[in-house]
Amino acid sequence: MRVCSGIKKGFIYVRAEYPLAVERLDIAINQAREYGLLGHNILGTGFNFDIELRLGAGAFVCGEETALIQSIEGKRGMPMPKPPFPAVNGLWGKPTIINNVETFANIVPIILKGADWFRGIGTEKSPGTKVFALGGKITNTGLIEIPMGTTLRETIFEIGGGIPNAKKFKAVQTGGPSGGCIPESELDNPIEYDSLVALGSMMGSGGMIVLDEDNCMVDVARFFLDFTRDESCGKCTPCRIGTKRLLEMLENITQGKADMEDLDKLQELATGIKKVALCGLGQTAPNPVLSTLNHFRDEYVSHVKDKKCPAKVCRPLVEYVIVEDKCKGCGLCTRNCNVGAISGKLQEAHIIDQSICLKCGLCMHVCRFKAIVKI
Amino acid sequence: MEMVNLIIDGIKVEVPKGTTVLEASKLAGAKIPTLCFLKEINEVSSCRMCVVQVGQRLLASCTLPAENGMDIKTNTTDVREARKMVVELLLSNHKRECTTCIRSENCELQTVAKELNVRDVSYSGEKSRGKVDDSSCSVVRDPEKCILCGRCISTCSNVQTVHAINFSDRGFETKVTTIYERPLKESLCINCGQCILACPVGALHEKESIKPVWKAIENTNKYVVVQTAPAVRAALGEEFGMPIGSRVTGKMVSALRRLGFDKVFDTDFAADLTIMEEGTELLTRLASGKDLPLMTSCCSGWVKFVEHNFPDMIPNLSTCKSPSEMEGALIKSYFAEKTLVDPKDIVVVSIMPCVAKKFEGEREELSKDGMMDVDYVLSTRELAQMIKQAGIDFVNLKDEEFDNPFGESTGASVIFGATGGVTEAALRTVFELLAGKELEEIEYSVVRGLEGIKEVTIELPDGRNITAAVAHGLGNARDLLGLVKNGEKHYDFIEVMACPGGCVNGGGQPIVNAQLKDKINIKEERAKAIYDEDESLPLRKSHKNPHITKIYEEFLGAPNGHLSHELLHTKYIIRNKF
Repeated sequence: MRVCSGIKKGFIYVRAEYPLAVERLDIAINQAREYGLLGHNILGTGFNFDIELRLGAGAFVCGEETALIQSIEGKRGMPMPKPPFPAVNGLWGKPTIINNVETFANIVPIILKGADWFRGIGTEKSPGTKVFALGGKITNTGLIEIPMGTTLRETIFEIGGGIPNAKKFKAVQTGGPSGGCIPESELDNPIEYDSLVALGSMMGSGGMIVLDEDNCMVDVARFFLDFTRDESCGKCTPCRIGTKRLLEMLENITQGKADMEDLDKLQELATGIKKVALCGLGQTAPNPVLSTLNHFRDEYVSHVKDKKCPAKVCRPLVEYVIVEDKCKGCGLCTRNCNVGAISGKLQEAHIIDQSICLKCGLCMHVCRFKAIVKI
Repeated sequence: MEMVNLIIDGIKVEVPKGTTVLEASKLAGAKIPTLCFLKEINEVSSCRMCVVQVGQRLLASCTLPAENGMDIKTNTTDVREARKMVVELLLSNHKRECTTCIRSENCELQTVAKELNVRDVSYSGEKSRGKVDDSSCSVVRDPEKCILCGRCISTCSNVQTVHAINFSDRGFETKVTTIYERPLKESLCINCGQCILACPVGALHEKESIKPVWKAIENTNKYVVVQTAPAVRAALGEEFGMPIGSRVTGKMVSALRRLGFDKVFDTDFAADLTIMEEGTELLTRLASGKDLPLMTSCCSGWVKFVEHNFPDMIPNLSTCKSPSEMEGALIKSYFAEKTLVDPKDIVVVSIMPCVAKKFEGEREELSKDGMMDVDYVLSTRELAQMIKQAGIDFVNLKDEEFDNPFGESTGASVIFGATGGVTEAALRTVFELLAGKELEEIEYSVVRGLEGIKEVTIELPDGRNITAAVAHGLGNARDLLGLVKNGEKHYDFIEVMACPGGCVNGGGQPIVNAQLKDKINIKEERAKAIYDEDESLPLRKSHKNPHITKIYEEFLGAPNGHLSHELLHTKYIIRNKF
């Protein structure tokens, strides 16, 4: 059975930043050619097909299918409006099938073992398995392949081995840099395409970053938005300028320079960008912001109203102080402070001058008596 | 033709399959705002101004094909808020000096902000920085006003195939720039100024020469003379609210006199002269069979395009200067002699529909004894600006006539302003000179009109054929030269105008916004004015112009003669690409 007649050429597009993957793909393609599985008259069927490897040039946005196609055509990797979809008008204007390698890899077992077998795994709307990359504050980091429908809780606490160092789980961010953050209360949800979207996140690339009590959710949103803003191709107004303005708002919040009105502005702009952007990058970049605003609003309010970072991450809102009754006055911190912010007499409680302190945390790190705390 | 049926704002609409929702919405009485959209040139859906609501989603209507059963809403809260957000974001990263901006009152961003009732800009933060590039004689770039719509790039790359500018960097750092970010003067830019016409805002504009011209006029020691190109009279009126396609020759002359020019000449005279010189050149080359096809050289954008991209075809270019440069040379020789004015005290100002002429005016080869043939070039827009500065009530001026000896011209000269005009004018003369008899039919409609490449074959009385090709827009010119170079086509004569439509759509002409250009074919309307002017004139063939006959008898001798070569012909420069 020939699935696609008329196809003679395929491309595998891989990031240049994955030299190991490039090397292995090269080997695999050459081996396939040697075995007669690629090239002319494959296995005597008269079917010709070959694969060319194309390397990216450092643009995350080239993962978007239309931008990827532009890149292969030698143009700037900027997405195109859809419709028309690549299946109708794709590479060089021809109908094109474009999918992630994981999707294509699923085709083989489905053909060999049958659709019923495939549908027997996973859920009705999300059959089969999915590969996830577990990372962040989790005991077992790495790649896992699990049936769709597995709950987030099972994935994180059983397969992932839970949070190390006896820390408390705070959120899991799924889908990659533009995925949303899911709180503890929603962990019993099954991992499915629709359920993740309903939770304000997405399946995305299968990334799963676990966050604990020491993560500041505002800073997390800022971190991911910084990435997506940097990777914006710049073509459409809401993503090019919108993500920049959104990031500037978040930076103001993490620096204690915002007020409550800014939280409304943040919500409004994030929602607007999501609705109006040209491609998936812009349409999902606001997700970390929106999901954290939704599930962790109290942290935002703390940054804005109290000018405090509850997780003690946002440097401008954090203070290092010496606990008087624990300080032995040894002077080790004074000697290590690079800006001379600490003063005190020998064997007397020392004090940190907040107006000079850079909040680098070195003093707390060197203190042998746990006399310096972050508040 | 297959039709599709959809509903727009509750109204049933039927359109041919392939029509965009943007286009279809006009039938439902909706006027969807756009910024990056330039019909057939830039259809990229990048500004997101034109979003409409389709179900729960907002989609850009400019590239959305209308499909059966679609239910489109162009005026929901979401749509209005989306458009407002887009404008506010653009304004938050824009050099907002609207009151003193060259495009004030004719700026598409200003217009859309007003229409959407944007009363304040909610967003503020870092602004893109970029230095103004005024290195070029013709085009000035102001990156801090750029809204990155890409209309200039699409025009330069796809229509003109010059590829002088493109996007560089990405995200917020994206900018429009030249190869290696060189100043425009050192780039592949050939100065056609089509980018200026494409730009919706003030990020691109001409290098202005208004101040030095006022100074020259005020200087009592200077004899300031002005000449006007054919295409100017077909568009100048638009700057004063007159309909597109109004002929304002008489008012233009009157206004120029009132501005204080000592003489008001017509470049059209020299266009007739060019036909004599170039016609003779054509006959010479036809006889020898060398350096054919003869390619016109009156378009300075085209000339620079050849110098950069087809230097091996420089010998094919006519050695004739452009009409305005010929006229400048004659003003500082023939006219100076006649009126006993020291040519060093003469200042020649030419009013052109063009900004490439500003570059041309500064070419060293176009001078004699240290004096430039043309001292200053003003675009049609700049002339209108001066008329407004002077407080002249243009629309109510009475018609006046040009001064002689360079005021009389024929219909053949005025049609230079439209694509195909030079060829038609040349044919009117060349054919009669060869046939030795009067031609009844002098209108060669086959070279008129907006088709990219036009061909004509004329049978001469002696049985020979002359084949000519006409191209307008440099993309078409590039294709045409490709056909000639690979031997697919043979021509004796090629006319190229860099600007699509010819000079009537030149880079110095009044700027018409994208929405209006979508409705009115300005190239056609202005060309109609040109051809109407031709029809109205008593003389319609260059060789019949009595002042032309006179200048040869009195001064030049014969076409392509020694003095002609000295004053009216030039040479070209091989320019590298990098």
